[in-house]
Amino acid sequence: MLNYYLIIVLAPLAAAIVAGLFGKQIGRAGSHWITILAVGLSCALSMLVLRNMLWGGAPSENISLYTWAVTDGLRMEVGFLVDRLTALMMAVVTFVSFMVHIYTVGYMRDDPGYERFFSFISLFTFSMLMLVMSNNFLQLFFGWEAVGLVSYLLIGFWFKRESAIFANFKAFLVNRVGDFGFILGISGVVMFAGSLDYAEVFASADQIAGQNIELFPGSPWNAMTVVCILLFIGAMGKSAQAPLHVWLPDSMEGPTPISALIHAATMVTAGIFMVARMSPLFELSETALAVVIIIGAITAFFMGLLGIVQNDIKRVVAYSTLSQLGYMTVALGASAYSAAIFHLMTHAFFKALLFLAAGSVIIAMHHEQDIRKMGGLKKYMPITYWTALIGSLALIGFPGSGGFFSKDLLIEAVHESHWEGQGAIYWIAYLSVLLGVFVTALYTFRMFFLVFHGEERMDAETKSHLHETPWVVTVPLILLAIPSAVIGWYAVEAVLFGGYFGDAIEVTQRHDVLGRMAADWHGSKGLVTHAIQTPIFWLAAAGVFTAWLLYLKRPDIPATIQSKVTGLYNLLDRKYYMDDLYIKGFAAWGRSIGNLLWKKGDELIIDGVIVNGTANSIGKLAGVMRQIQTGYLYTYAFAMIIGLTMLLSWLIWFR
Amino acid sequence: MIGLQHYLTLSAMLFVLSIAGIVINRRNLILLLMCIELMLLAVNFNFIAFSRHLGDDTGQVFVFFILTVAAAEAAIGLAILVVLFRNRRSINVQELNTMKG
Repeated sequence: MLNYYLIIVLAPLAAAIVAGLFGKQIGRAGSHWITILAVGLSCALSMLVLRNMLWGGAPSENISLYTWAVTDGLRMEVGFLVDRLTALMMAVVTFVSFMVHIYTVGYMRDDPGYERFFSFISLFTFSMLMLVMSNNFLQLFFGWEAVGLVSYLLIGFWFKRESAIFANFKAFLVNRVGDFGFILGISGVVMFAGSLDYAEVFASADQIAGQNIELFPGSPWNAMTVVCILLFIGAMGKSAQAPLHVWLPDSMEGPTPISALIHAATMVTAGIFMVARMSPLFELSETALAVVIIIGAITAFFMGLLGIVQNDIKRVVAYSTLSQLGYMTVALGASAYSAAIFHLMTHAFFKALLFLAAGSVIIAMHHEQDIRKMGGLKKYMPITYWTALIGSLALIGFPGSGGFFSKDLLIEAVHESHWEGQGAIYWIAYLSVLLGVFVTALYTFRMFFLVFHGEERMDAETKSHLHETPWVVTVPLILLAIPSAVIGWYAVEAVLFGGYFGDAIEVTQRHDVLGRMAADWHGSKGLVTHAIQTPIFWLAAAGVFTAWLLYLKRPDIPATIQSKVTGLYNLLDRKYYMDDLYIKGFAAWGRSIGNLLWKKGDELIIDGVIVNGTANSIGKLAGVMRQIQTGYLYTYAFAMIIGLTMLLSWLIWFR
Repeated sequence: MIGLQHYLTLSAMLFVLSIAGIVINRRNLILLLMCIELMLLAVNFNFIAFSRHLGDDTGQVFVFFILTVAAAEAAIGLAILVVLFRNRRSINVQELNTMKG
């Protein structure tokens, strides 16, 4: 199998190098063919690996490929750990990536940076695969940084736009904060476990949990709690959890295909994947789990609210991504790792679908992204309409869709997760995810109705050009709509209750919420038929109804509400003033420190006092000293005589 | 009776006079050379006085050497002076300050 793994990883890298360095020689068609074929190959082999795991009974493999360095007993290696969790992630990543590659042919058709774009997304696929297939923390960190780099490059893909440069810089800086925590976490792992290898670290998990660390003198912390929280800070940066979420909405400045691939389906879920991968560690620290669940709950609910007031079609979807990532994080905090990964998978399909559908709308609207200027697109773009409908229904958890199974069971798992000593936290988390369902339905269908239904608000020029997008755009939509709609039916039982993940995910007896839920499990059909009795269904229905009422039936109401509660509206419109806090607070503060160090520290002290100051003071001293050199003979003679006299006096009287 | 200290006093007076001549004189370079000669003579006085006082003739031999060297030195000094005057058209000490820092 090793050869397969190598091909899966290296094919996209090779394609990225060829398209990136020789793009001009092989041309536009050459660039897209080579990258699509490489990622297609990678996708096919990943599916094969997954199939062997599911039906062939292939065991998980832990292969060390290459030892990069050994220092002080610490081995730094490149290696693959392919178990069922990895296989699932590989399949999801390569499949979505493959769809996005095809879609890009249509979306970026007239862009001058065509070859560069293909090179970057192939490089992204490579980096993401390195991240998920890693068997040690160092390679995980490599993949982590590599996807961050590609994300940076792609957000700023249109580098002549001021806003894109701002957005990629912001994404980079915010991720720096998270990555700082992440690398501290890895350092902690090395410090307490003395190894970078997953298997060895997990084997010594109990030993880590048995140690204490004094972060501040006199207050010992459990080592596991510290390590897990630091690792989770890394996940907060990458998976855009509050308060490090601010970069994700701005990342929509990048082209839509990468919004779908990187900022919805794969890269942002790296944090979720990482925490699930580290489940043997997180399980041993309930404090860390409580932090995880609270952060997730805040993100899930409050970011969803922001989606309601956004008018840019991509930003609505971006806030929805934030909210859904919050859901996954809540599931992680509730120890329902399988539920989080399952939601990650269904979300990857339906969110990529929604983004690509939004992109399709944007192409048709000639790069107009304001949903207030759309409307009634249903009759012009039937394929986009139906696929977007499937995606939206999956997102709100319509019974039977992919999102229904994952979200319903996720909320159920949170409902089950009240172990002792967690009262308030449990209620915050449960209410957040429950009310989040209503909010999700409201913003999703607000966007859906405003774009596809109602009166046509675009100008006559755009309207005359409206038509369905070409097949390279619609085929990926259809191919993503299929798993979005049906994957839940087939996967839910195996993934959540069938012990699919085996030993890849460890849950202690006390936290085993999914194990407790398995007792009440009566198959997917039973879940769908019972859906109507759950509050989740009615909350979603209420959300859709509210959206219909406000944006189709009585479009005058939202303006009235907006004028009535301006305070609340402004709070949401300004995104809880988080951007202001960061830009005018931290960033301005940092800049003023920088300015201080530059003006006062560098220019005044180092340049002025130390460097130029030395030269100046020597110059001044020399200016005084040169007065002695009169050039007159008698002065020198006099000086000699004085000297002689003094020497003689010393000889006579002081010796 | 004229004793050692009278000679030494005379020598010291000559020496100080010549120093004063070097320091105070700011006009004439020749005067400066003469002052240096005078200084050597003052030293010679010391040699002779001590030679006589201690009964050792070596000191008087020294004086002859010094006189010879002083004559040679004066010749060289005057030659330099002539060349200097040719170049600068002046032997005014106050104008000779090209070494000024």
